[in-house]
Order: sequence, then C-alpha cells, then structure tokens
Amino acid sequence: MTFRSLILRDLVLATRIGGGGAMAVGFFIVAAALYPLGIGPELVLLRRIAPGVLWVSALLSCLLSLDRMFQADEEDGTLDLLMLSSFSPTGLVLAKVLAHWLTTGLPLIIAAPYVAMAFNLEHGPMLTLIFSMLLGTPVLSLVGAVGAALTVGVRRGGMLLSLLLLPLYIPVLIFGAGSIEATLFGTGAEAHLIVLLALLLASLALCPIAAASALREHVQS
Amino acid sequence: MRLEGRGLACVRGERELFAGVDFSLSEGELIFLEGPNGSGKSSFLRMIAGLLRPSSGSFLRDGALLASGSQDLQEQLIYVGHQDPVKPAFSVAENLIFWMGLAGRKIEYRRGRGGGLVTDGTQDALGALGIAALADIPARLLSAGQRRRLNLARLAAIPRPLWLLDEPTVGLDASGDALLAGLMSRHRASGGLVIVASHTDFGVLANRHLHFGQGRNP
Repeated sequence: MTFRSLILRDLVLATRIGGGGAMAVGFFIVAAALYPLGIGPELVLLRRIAPGVLWVSALLSCLLSLDRMFQADEEDGTLDLLMLSSFSPTGLVLAKVLAHWLTTGLPLIIAAPYVAMAFNLEHGPMLTLIFSMLLGTPVLSLVGAVGAALTVGVRRGGMLLSLLLLPLYIPVLIFGAGSIEATLFGTGAEAHLIVLLALLLASLALCPIAAASALREHVQS
Repeated sequence: MRLEGRGLACVRGERELFAGVDFSLSEGELIFLEGPNGSGKSSFLRMIAGLLRPSSGSFLRDGALLASGSQDLQEQLIYVGHQDPVKPAFSVAENLIFWMGLAGRKIEYRRGRGGGLVTDGTQDALGALGIAALADIPARLLSAGQRRRLNLARLAAIPRPLWLLDEPTVGLDASGDALLAGLMSRHRASGGLVIVASHTDFGVLANRHLHFGQGRNP
C-alpha cells in the first residue's frame, strides 16, 4: 500500500461518514457570521475586527475534527495494524495530517472569501487572508497531530486537546491575523507571511516525528 | 521459520505478569496459551508482535537474535487482537482490501457507482469464513460474529507464516469455530506457525501448552 492510498482511504471514509470536513466548514461560517449579526452594520468596525475574528474561527473549527485524527483508528484496533505495517509511524502521521488538511483546512480556505465578504473586506486583504490561510492551516493540522497523538488514549479528550493546542496555535493566530491587518493599513504583509512560512517549515520538520513517538508510546503502553 | 523466546518477562505498572517464559515454535506447530484473565496472555502475544517491549528476555528467529519490534518479523505475522478493526463506512470487501493493502497488496481506488477500493482475491478469503455473500454490504450492518469472521478473513487473504491469535473465537458460533479450526490446520499443514490464546477448546490440537499466572499473581 502506498502513501497515496492511505490518504485516499481517509478521504473515502471522511466523505462517506460526512462528519469532519463539512462540519468544520459549517462551524467556521456560523461562528464567523455571528459577529456581524451581533455587532450590526458598522462597516469600519467590522473591517477592523475581521482579521482576528476570521482566524480565531478558523482555529476553533480546525480543533473540532482533530480529536478523531488517530482516535477512530485507536478505538477499533486499526492503529495496531497500522503500526505493524511497513509504514513508518512518521509517514503514517504525515498521511493523516494531509488527509486532515484536505478535509478541513482546504474547505476552510475555500469558504473564507465568502465569510470575509460579511466583514466588508476588499480584494487586497481578502487575497492576504487566503495566502495566510494557505500557509497557516497546514500548521494547525501538523501541530494538531501532536496533540491528537498525545491524547489518543483519552476518552472525551476534546477539552484536554483544546487546552494543549490553543496556546500552541497563538503564533499562527498572531501572524495570520497580523498579515491581514498589515494589508488593511497598507504596510505590506510580506513579513508576516514569511514568518508563517517559517512556522510551516518548522512544524513540517518536527511535528510528524513528535506525533509518531507519541503514538508509538501509546501502543507500547 | 523457527521462532524462539528466552527468559521473557512482562511488568505492567508495578505488577509482574510473568517472568522467565521460554518457548520455541517450528514450522507446522501450534502453541496454546492458557491461564486466567489478566495472567498476561494478551501481553505475551503483543510482545511477540512487537507491539509491547518485553521487560526482559529476547526473541530468536532461526537462531538469530531479533530486535524488539523488528520490522522483519512484523512483515511475516498476522496479529488478531481483541478488537475487530472494521470500518463501518466501508463495505465488507473494502475492509478486507484495506488490510490486504496494509500487508503490501497493490490496491486500487475506483470512482463512481460500484467504486471504492478494489483488488482481487477477496471473494475466496471471505468464502473461507462463510461470509462471501456479504461482500458488498456496508460493514456497519454486520453482527458481532460476522465482524469477527471478517477480521479472521485476513488469515485467509494474507499469506504469512506466523499467526498470533488472541481469543479468536469470541463472538463466533459453532460453525465459525469449525471454519477457524480448519484454517489453522491447513495453515500448519503448509508449514505455518500458530500461537493462540483461547478459553474455548475448539478442536485445535496443540503441540505445546504454555501456562500463565501460576502463583505469580497476588
């Protein structure tokens, strides 16, 4: 079995069950849409808070589906089979992360411009939003994999997972929202986006290894 | 293949489950693990599979020392644990195909109606466990016994010399027991190795019995 078919299998399961991805996008849209409804048609204020609100909503909706990343396979014994297979645990984590991003991160990016319209964001900031999410949401999945692997044996570990992950998501939030703000104020978003890229590369290098050893530790215990 | 274990010990928490266990298993042989609940039979099987590190002791294959969790050995064994790793959203055949894929079989993905995971040889394996007629139904509709049969179909679908079976008859009816016993005797006749832990004597003739939990537990 190849890396590709492992991802395909997760995608097939996700589309047949229907849960994960659609739910995350739905949550993202509803959560972000609550602000304009609550605040009212204050166009200047909405545009001012848009970067933070959009990114916070994205972080939260990403968290929703993370706890099932490894737990679904742990509960029915599939994780044992995966660990016994010729896949390296690191490769397994990477496949899971990619499947998670394709079912959660990517739909969020596609939905983001529509949500951004409710915040009176113009063309420029909206483009920055998409760029920042392209760089930032994979970080959420990668860092999330470490949390999901650490809490794989914890039943109803959603709260613990949030406590573990939200502090680690702060840098993504700061530079993601910062990049859009910078575009709004006309100071240029490059610096923020480069930091996001650095975060992505660092988490790509470190998180699969960390998550894999957490999984190995869980199976052996 | 000849598999040996020397001085194997298992400590879980503060408690020593077993210590100083030796065994050897040659082609065509079967070891039957016996002992009360919690005496370490499952841990012993997970240890051989490399899913649990032994507290002490070592494994040898054909006289050569094996590293714990050796990928080499893992590619020659099938481990059937307590749980049935069946995905409810996959069809019966697709579950089996995924397991075959994990074991190195080339599998395809087909789009559209009647699509999904595809490979050949599933029908024979499902037939060996008496569930060939269920191949295309979603696995969420299976009963516990049928799920167990599907899990055991891995034994027929994936040719590997070493079988590690942990309570394989749980949930099976009498005809399921008989099918499994038949699979095991054919496997041994073709030179396979089996280690099985079970509380029911379902007609397997063991070469050796390993007893666990004799006076070691409080």
